Amino acid sequence: MSILLDQSSKVIVQGITGREGQFHTKNMLAAGTAVVGGVTPGKGGTEVEGVPVFDTMAEAKKATGANASCIFVPGLGAPDAIMEAADAGIRLVVCITEGIPVLEMARAMTFVKEKQVRLIGPNCPGLCTPGVGKIGIIPYGIFREGHVGFISRSGTLTYEVVSLLTAAGIGQSTCVGIGGDPIIGTTFADCLNLFEHDERTHAVVMCGEIGGSDEEDAAEYIKQMSKPVVGFISGRTAPPGKRMGHAGAIVSGNTGTAQGKVAALQAAKVPVADTIFDIPGLLKQVAGKKI
Amino acid sequence: MKIHEYQAKDILSRYAIPIQPGKVATTPQEAEQIAREFGAPVVIKAQVYVGGRGKAGGIQFGDTPEQAREAASRVLGMTIKGLTVQKVLVVPKLEIKEEYYLGIVLDRKSQAPVAMVSAAGGVDIEEVAAKTPEKIVRQVIDLRWGLPPFEARRMLSEAGVPSVVVAKGGAILSALARAFIETDAQLAEINPLALTADGQVLAADAKILIDDNALVRQKEYAAWAEPEDANPIEYEAHAAGLASYVKLEGGNVGIIANGAGLAMTTLDMVARAGGKPANFFDFGGGAKAEMMKKALLFLARDPDVQGILVNIFGGITRGEEVARGVILAQGELPRKLPIVVRLSGTGEAEGRAMLADAGLTWGQDMQDAAQKIVAAIKGAQ
Repeated sequence: MSILLDQSSKVIVQGITGREGQFHTKNMLAAGTAVVGGVTPGKGGTEVEGVPVFDTMAEAKKATGANASCIFVPGLGAPDAIMEAADAGIRLVVCITEGIPVLEMARAMTFVKEKQVRLIGPNCPGLCTPGVGKIGIIPYGIFREGHVGFISRSGTLTYEVVSLLTAAGIGQSTCVGIGGDPIIGTTFADCLNLFEHDERTHAVVMCGEIGGSDEEDAAEYIKQMSKPVVGFISGRTAPPGKRMGHAGAIVSGNTGTAQGKVAALQAAKVPVADTIFDIPGLLKQVAGKKI
Repeated sequence: MKIHEYQAKDILSRYAIPIQPGKVATTPQEAEQIAREFGAPVVIKAQVYVGGRGKAGGIQFGDTPEQAREAASRVLGMTIKGLTVQKVLVVPKLEIKEEYYLGIVLDRKSQAPVAMVSAAGGVDIEEVAAKTPEKIVRQVIDLRWGLPPFEARRMLSEAGVPSVVVAKGGAILSALARAFIETDAQLAEINPLALTADGQVLAADAKILIDDNALVRQKEYAAWAEPEDANPIEYEAHAAGLASYVKLEGGNVGIIANGAGLAMTTLDMVARAGGKPANFFDFGGGAKAEMMKKALLFLARDPDVQGILVNIFGGITRGEEVARGVILAQGELPRKLPIVVRLSGTGEAEGRAMLADAGLTWGQDMQDAAQKIVAAIKGAQ
């Protein structure tokens, strides 16, 4: 098994007719993901990459029996697309979109929580289960099947570290990019909980960054976990009050510093890598032959 | 986006929140004239995008119009935390009896705005939160109905303020929550909310931060931006389409990377190798050679930059495009600067071959590249 994405996942791409939507639908299909439909209002009845396009999520869900969605709808349309998916009864929603006004996202979160939908992102690269497929934009070729769960707030850093693991002969169970915004649907602690209960996962790598307190909350959760976790925190050199690319990557006063996050993880007995190059070695130390 | 105190007060007054009257002056003469109009002792307050202006001497008093002019001439042109004061707000001096804190802030943990009230106003709320958290009354705001006046009054009552402030402040806090939501704020503060000797309750100072992602739909406030005052080089970078560029003080290694997380990690790696990053810059995905050239030439204009590290993990960004951009830029650099490139992923081999032909240095991985650029800068010094 794996977390979030498995053989029973059927995916609708919201915003499928846009440039990004089309390009990544093709890549998701190539990775073996069951993309069963797409939604773009006004484009119902057409096809993209051989996949039927619908005007609404309700129609798409009814026609295909989909249980997951991937959102490429830009800006202000994205929170609406999230709510539309949740309302249609989709269980797993992955939102790639960057640049959503945070209060609009907060409103959508209220809706998502009431519908008890699992939302990944926004402003994330999505997720990947090697051997099964991917939802989102992570390059599939860098993975190798295995037993390490991977969670990160960022895109390219994820690709970089996953490549290092693969090169070191360490395979992955599922990789989740949870997103760089201040308000996201699934936190590090949520993912750790899923990995803790996943048979295929034997150890977890968590790549955090400055801003907020998700890493500190994760450290609290790790104290009760049975599986080993290796941590990494980026943004050690970021000055306070400056947004480092991600809307959520900002140190405000004493909150969200890399030093505070490293200390919280270390207090939970999590080895924290100084550089990403130390991650494979630390994993082998804590998980040994299990990975 | 940061806005000035007088602009924040302008927003508050649109929500019927009583504010201290005041006018903006850009010259000492204007300040004198405004003081004359008020016909009373005034306070001259520097309008800059940083906190701690009081301690820096950015708030001064004038009992007469002449004194107001002198005070304004001291404050205008003054530098506070690297920013030059170009405007002052002139307000009549208040007889303040007590000061309170009202604030709304986006709380990441609650995934919603949170209202905060404290009877200890006029001080840094982070300090109050750290030392005496029990003195802050908090309430999560449900975005469907905002903060109703009764909830606002209950908070004020729990904070232990006098009943006149519970009554008048309740309407103010409820309106502040509405202002916060409707302006797409990330922070809206009245600090202090003043109770005056004659029983008025009004906003003596205000601060609002607007969500950058919402500026597309907050056009009026977006037009208030004065980024050229806040940081000229960042303003130019953003105008040139290098949207995520952040200048870092005291650094000498220019950095270009793709992806925010990778860019931050590259900064950390340069610091570990003994260098000092001069900027944060996320190059984004899928960019072409022309864009790389533009970014490199922009970084080269910063006189602090003594060398540039390019770190690209290619997915939709192709290695040949990156290499071609670097080679193009090299021919047009205004001065001799070492450049080290690290490429990985799509088009890696082709890109490396092009760099080698052009005599450029490339790094095996991020660590190697960081060490090479730091060494090259040290060697050139």
